[in-house]
Amino acid sequence: MCLGIPGQIIEFVDDQNNLARVEVSGVKRNVNVSLLRGEIGPGDWVLIHVGFAMSKLDEREAQETLKLLYEMGRAYQDELLMLEKSQLE
Amino acid sequence: MKFVDEFRDGDLARRLCSEIDRLSRGQSLKIMEICGGHTHTIYKHGIEDVLPPNIDMVHGPGCPVCVLPMGRIDDAIAIARQPGVIFVTFGDMMRVPGSKSSLLDARAEGADVRFVYSPLDALKIAHQNPDKQVVFFAIGFETTAPSTAVTLLRAQAEKIKNFSVFCNHVLVIPAIQAILDSPDMRLDGFLGPGHVCMVIGMRPFAFVARDYRKPVVLSGFEPLDIIQSVYMTVKQLDEGRREVENQYARVVRPEGNLKALEAMEKTMEGRPFFEWRGLGFISHSALKLRPEFAEWDAEKRFEVPGIRVADPPACQCGEVLKGAIKPWECKVFGTACTPETPIGTCMVSSEGACAAYFNYGRFSLAAQRNRLPVIDLTAPTGANLKDS
Ligand code: SF4
Repeated sequence: MCLGIPGQIIEFVDDQNNLARVEVSGVKRNVNVSLLRGEIGPGDWVLIHVGFAMSKLDEREAQETLKLLYEMGRAYQDELLMLEKSQLE
Repeated sequence: MKFVDEFRDGDLARRLCSEIDRLSRGQSLKIMEICGGHTHTIYKHGIEDVLPPNIDMVHGPGCPVCVLPMGRIDDAIAIARQPGVIFVTFGDMMRVPGSKSSLLDARAEGADVRFVYSPLDALKIAHQNPDKQVVFFAIGFETTAPSTAVTLLRAQAEKIKNFSVFCNHVLVIPAIQAILDSPDMRLDGFLGPGHVCMVIGMRPFAFVARDYRKPVVLSGFEPLDIIQSVYMTVKQLDEGRREVENQYARVVRPEGNLKALEAMEKTMEGRPFFEWRGLGFISHSALKLRPEFAEWDAEKRFEVPGIRVADPPACQCGEVLKGAIKPWECKVFGTACTPETPIGTCMVSSEGACAAYFNYGRFSLAAQRNRLPVIDLTAPTGANLKDS
């Protein structure tokens, strides 16, 4: 119920009713974009919930999160490596 | 979207879990995920099995289907049964048991009950059936309420007379407050409901950190989002910080979605109080339509019984919703109560904790793990990290 699906805006189709055509994992359908009016355009990714685009998906933020996660993974691995190398007596 | 796969990287998940293990130092920590969507991810991907055993994920009341009290379901069925009504709902609601029957039963007995994906679909049905009264069963937290609001504004603009809304929208913040004030609850931190936050923003959660001294991490819904959010919570505890942090910045803006809040504000106002399954009456915890929208208010247009009904005696949904017991600890779990024949609401919606356990088969493993006597020799008695 509270989940959302990411979709990519293809084009605006009905300005009066704030409808845009979006592609959601290969399927094209219309969603209401009134809650993001003026903030999005074709090509943008949005999060769709019960037929409404609710939030612009920030690809850069998504990549940042991933980068952080990967770095953390690496930092931890490095630490393990160091631990393995250390020969405390 | 290509990075969805990356948010499911198993290796990374395991490494993050080792970090959680290191930072929590074996102390038993209870972290509540408020949102049913998180509960769903946790069981679907077996996250409880990769987290260190001292981290206990407690499921909160964030499934809007689950928290609706039986009396409101009876009211919905009463409206659906009126002649000339098309009753439109999200699919999740069809099987939810009222005191005597469900909407599915009502449909089998001849009521015109339909389920749709969006409130706008309900409005379309009203367009197509001018001789019928179309009632939309509006449920959901702040994530969903703006969609109902925009639909109402459109009904008003287009002067649609045969459409109304049975409003059952509930608010997350009063529920969190009720849980924090409940004396039998001992929690160490919260994962905030990412999609509610995308509407209301970060600020409404500040009191949890400031007044109750608990960390809140607003979290996304991919497995790595959840694990990273647990990591961020544990890190706050370890460093003695109590803050609202945003793990889900790719979706959640600090200020939320102002247009969505504005649409809600125009069409809805707070109810003085509302009953929640398991949590009882909570003041200012739900929304109703503003008097200006009385024309589209199903509670004004139709007679509803409005009778409060106690849950069936066997049902322990209340305790599950408060996080006081785990689903499998309910006496009827998996025997009398299954997704096919639900007794309580938590078994109906896929976001309900009981259904999530049942569907993903975690229950046998989890039950096994939990029924073993656990004696923690390292922690002093009753020690939770940094009592505050
Ligand atoms: S098993 Fe059924 S009755 Fe028991 S808490 Fe879960 S949904 Fe409620």
